[in-house]
Amino acid sequence: MTSESWAHLSNGLVYSTIIVLAVALFAFALDLAVGSGRRRLQSRQQRRSSSHGAVAHGAESHGSVAVANPPVNTGELPADERWARVGVSLSVLAAVLISLAVLTRGISAERPPWGNMYEFTVTGVAALLVIWVAMIGRRKEWRDLGIIVVLFSLLLLGVAVLVLYTESAELVPALKSYWLWIHVTAAIISSAVFTVGSLASVLYLISERTERRVAAGERGGMWDAVGVRLPSSTALDRVAYQTIAFAFPLWFFAVVAGAIWAEDAWGRYWGWDPKETWSFVTLVIYAAYLHARSTAGWRGRPAAIIAIIGLAAFLFSYFGVNIFFVGFHSYGGV
Amino acid sequence: MPSDVIDQLNPPDPVVSDKNVTPPRLGFLGGLRWMWRQLTSMRTALILLFLLALAAIPGSVFPQRGTSPLRVAEYLQDHTTIGPWLDRLNLFDVYAAPWFAAIYLLLMVSLAGCIVPRCFQYARNVRSVPPAAPRNLARMPEHRSWTVDGSASVALDRAERVIRSQRFRVRPRDEGAHAVSAERGYLHEIGNLLFHVSLLVLLVGVAWGAWFGYRGNVVVVEGEGFANTLTQYDDFSPGRGFSPSLLAPFSFTLDDFEATFLQEGPRRGQPDSFTAEMTYRTSADAEPTTTTVEVNHPLGVDGAKVFLIGSGYAPMFTVRDGDGDVVYSGAVPALPQDASFTSTTVVKVPDVQPEQLGFNVTVAPTAPERVSPATGPKSLFPEADNPRVYLGAWAGDLGLDTGIPQNVYQLDTSDMKQLGRQDLAVGETWQLPGDRGSITFDGLAEFANLQVASDPGRWVALWAVGAGLIGITLSLLVHRRRVWVRVSRNEEGRTLVEVAGLSQTEWSGLANEVDAVAAQIQSDQEDDKEHM
Ligand code: HEM
Repeated sequence: MTSESWAHLSNGLVYSTIIVLAVALFAFALDLAVGSGRRRLQSRQQRRSSSHGAVAHGAESHGSVAVANPPVNTGELPADERWARVGVSLSVLAAVLISLAVLTRGISAERPPWGNMYEFTVTGVAALLVIWVAMIGRRKEWRDLGIIVVLFSLLLLGVAVLVLYTESAELVPALKSYWLWIHVTAAIISSAVFTVGSLASVLYLISERTERRVAAGERGGMWDAVGVRLPSSTALDRVAYQTIAFAFPLWFFAVVAGAIWAEDAWGRYWGWDPKETWSFVTLVIYAAYLHARSTAGWRGRPAAIIAIIGLAAFLFSYFGVNIFFVGFHSYGGV
Repeated sequence: MPSDVIDQLNPPDPVVSDKNVTPPRLGFLGGLRWMWRQLTSMRTALILLFLLALAAIPGSVFPQRGTSPLRVAEYLQDHTTIGPWLDRLNLFDVYAAPWFAAIYLLLMVSLAGCIVPRCFQYARNVRSVPPAAPRNLARMPEHRSWTVDGSASVALDRAERVIRSQRFRVRPRDEGAHAVSAERGYLHEIGNLLFHVSLLVLLVGVAWGAWFGYRGNVVVVEGEGFANTLTQYDDFSPGRGFSPSLLAPFSFTLDDFEATFLQEGPRRGQPDSFTAEMTYRTSADAEPTTTTVEVNHPLGVDGAKVFLIGSGYAPMFTVRDGDGDVVYSGAVPALPQDASFTSTTVVKVPDVQPEQLGFNVTVAPTAPERVSPATGPKSLFPEADNPRVYLGAWAGDLGLDTGIPQNVYQLDTSDMKQLGRQDLAVGETWQLPGDRGSITFDGLAEFANLQVASDPGRWVALWAVGAGLIGITLSLLVHRRRVWVRVSRNEEGRTLVEVAGLSQTEWSGLANEVDAVAAQIQSDQEDDKEHM
C-alpha cells in the first residue's frame, strides 16, 4: 500500500471511531436514565428513608474475609447494567479503532504520528480511551465516567477532523529529535489521564451539589436529576485524586523532556515561549490541586474547581496557544 | 472517614486552623513570628501557587522583549495610549518584572520555611515507632475480623510475625498489650521532601545560569570562521554577572553548509535538513577537530554550545573599477524575506573612484522565468537551483564617515544617484554606465546563523529536576499507612482477631493490603493447626 492509501485508511478509522463513540454516548445516556443510574437513584432514596446515618464510604465491599462492618448501601437493587455494558463494549471497540487509526497514520508518515496538531489530538483521544478502558478493567467503578469521557472524546475528534486536519507529511528539522517523541508521548499520556481526573471533578461538582441539596431536603431541578444518578461524590473525588496524582509526575516529566529538547533545538531549556508558559501554568495549577487536597478548608469543592481550571489551562495550552499566539511551537497546520 | 481518624495520621496543622487568622497581640517579635507562620502555611503556599500561574499568563499574551524585541516596538507603535502603561507595569518583561520575582521569591521563602523544619522533624522521626493502636479498630476505613480457637497471645505472635514479614515497622509490644501497631511507606515523606527541596535547588540553578551565562548570534558564511570574542558577535546578551573572561577561547570555521528542502508532496519547500560541517579548536593552539552540527545536534565546547538556528544565502561578487582593478570581492549574507528564500542585502564599495558605489541586491535561489512587476523578483524554491541576483546600482556618498552606525543591510541613498538596474546569472558581469567599472556575480554561498550560548547553571537545574522527578514519583506512588491487629476474647470465649488499616493519603490499594495481611495470618493459622 502507498503512503496515501494508509493515510486514507487512517481517516476512515477515525470516522468509524466517531460513529461508534456516538452510539456509545447514547448507550451511556440510556444507562444514566434507565439503567444503573436509575438504580443509584433508588438506592439513594432508600438510604435516605432508612435511618442509616452512616457516611457513604465503603460503597464497594472488599471481603475475602468476613466483614465486620457491612458496606453501607446494602439495599441495592439488582442492577440493570445492560446499557452500561453496551457502552463499555462500544468504547472498547472505539479504543481499538482509534489505536489502529494512529498506527496506520504512523505507517503512512513513516514516523510516530505525533508531528502536528491533528495527530496529537487523535493520538491523545486514543490514549484517553485506552487508558480509561484499561482502568475499567481494573475497577468497574471507573465505568461511571463513561458519559463524560465519551462526550469529551467525541468533541476532540470533531475538532481534529473539522479544524485541525493536515495531510500526512514530513516534519520540519527541529521536530526530528528523539526527545520530541519522549516529550510528546509523556505529554499525551499524562494529559489523557489529567483529563479523566478533571472530568471526574466535573461530575463531582454535580453529584456533591445534589447530595447537599438532598440533605437539606430541597427538591431538585435538572442538575439534580443527573446528580442523583451519578456515583457518590466521595467515589468521584477519589477517582479524581488518583488520576491526577498519577498524571502529575508524568506531566512534570513531559515538561522536563520538552526543556531538554528545547535546549538542543533552540539553545535554551526554558524561554517562556507561550507553549512553555502554558504548560507551566497547567503544572502549577495541578500542583495547587494536590496542595488543596491536603489543606484544611480546601478539600472537596474548591479542590474540584481547581482541577477543572487545570483542565481548562491544559486545553488552552494545547489549542489556544497554537491558535492565538506566535511562538516557536509552530507545527505544520494550525 | 471520621475526621478524628484522619487527624491521627495528620496532626492538625497549627498554622492552618482558622483561629490563627487574626494576629494575636504579641508585640513586635510576636507579630513577626505570626507573619512568618502565615507565610509558611499551606494556605499561603496554595495562594502563591495560584498567583504564580496567574502572573505567568500575561507573558504569553503580550510580546516579550527577551524573545521578540521587534514585536514589542511594533506593539508600542500601534498602541500609543495603553502601550506605555503596559510597559510601566513591566508587561513586556513579565519574567524579569519585580512583581513576578516577588511572587516566586515569596513562594520559595515559604517553601524553605515549610520544608526545612519538616526535614529536621523527619530526621528526628526516622526511627520513631508507630503509635499504639486506637481503641476502636472497627472505625478504621478498612477492617476485617474473624474468630479462632486457641490462645490469644499465640494469635498475636503469629500476626506480628506476618506483619514483620511484610516489611512493616512494628511498634515494640508493651507489656500485656493485645494489639500490634505497624507502619510502612516512609518513602512517601522522603519523596515529598526531596521534591520540594529540589524545587529550591532548581531555582538556584536557573538563577546561576541567568547571572553568569551569555548568548550571542553570529552569521558565518561557508568557508569563513569565528573566534569566541565579543567583537565577533552580531548581537550579544550577557547575564548581569558576565565578564569577557568567561568566554571560552574556542574558534571554528564553517567548512561546508547544506540546507535541503522537500522536493515534492504537500509540504514542498519545507526545510528537510540543515547540516554544517565545522572544524573547531578549543583554544588557539589546540588540535583542530571536525564535527557536524545539525538542528537538534549542537556542538558543545568548553561549557558553551553552538547551535544552528537558521540559514540563508550569501551572493559572492567581484567589483572592478574603470581600470579593471578589483575594488571589492567577497560574499555578503542576505536576509531571507520569504519561505522560498527570496533574500535581500546590499553591497557597499567605498574605495572606488570617482564616486563610491552601492548596490541593492535581491537574491532568488531559484529564479522565475519572468519577474512579475507587481511583486518584484520572487524565488520559486528555497534551494539554489537557478540562482539569479537583481541589482540596483547607486553612485555617490555612502555616508559611512558620518560616525552614525549604519545598518549593514540598508543603503542610505540620500546622497546617491541611481545608475540603473540589471539582473545577473552566476558568472555574468554587468558593465556599469559611465565607465565606472563592473560587477560580477561569482556564485551563491550559503551562510549559517549560529547561536552560541553558555548556561553554567543548567547542570544544577537538570540534576534538581531529576531529583524532583524521583521525589514526586515516590511521594505520589508510595503511601504511608498503618496496619493494626488486635486479639480479644469474645462472649463465646473464642479469640476474635481484628485487622484494620488506615492510609495517610487516598489509596485504593489499602483494601488489598489489609486483605493480604488478613489472609496471610489466616493461612499461617491453618499451617500451625496442621503442625500441632
Ligand atoms: C514551588 C511550589 C510548590 C510546588 C510546585 C509544590 C508541589 C507539591 C506537590 C505536587 C505535592 C503533592 C505531593 C503529595 O501529595 O505527596 C505537594 C505536597 C505538599 N506540599 Fe508542596 N509545592 C510547592 C510549594 C510548597 C510550599 C511553599 C509548601 C509549604 C507551605 C508546601 C508544602 C507541601 C506539603 C506539606 C505537602 C504534602 C501534602 C500531603 O502530605 O499530601 N509546598 N507539593
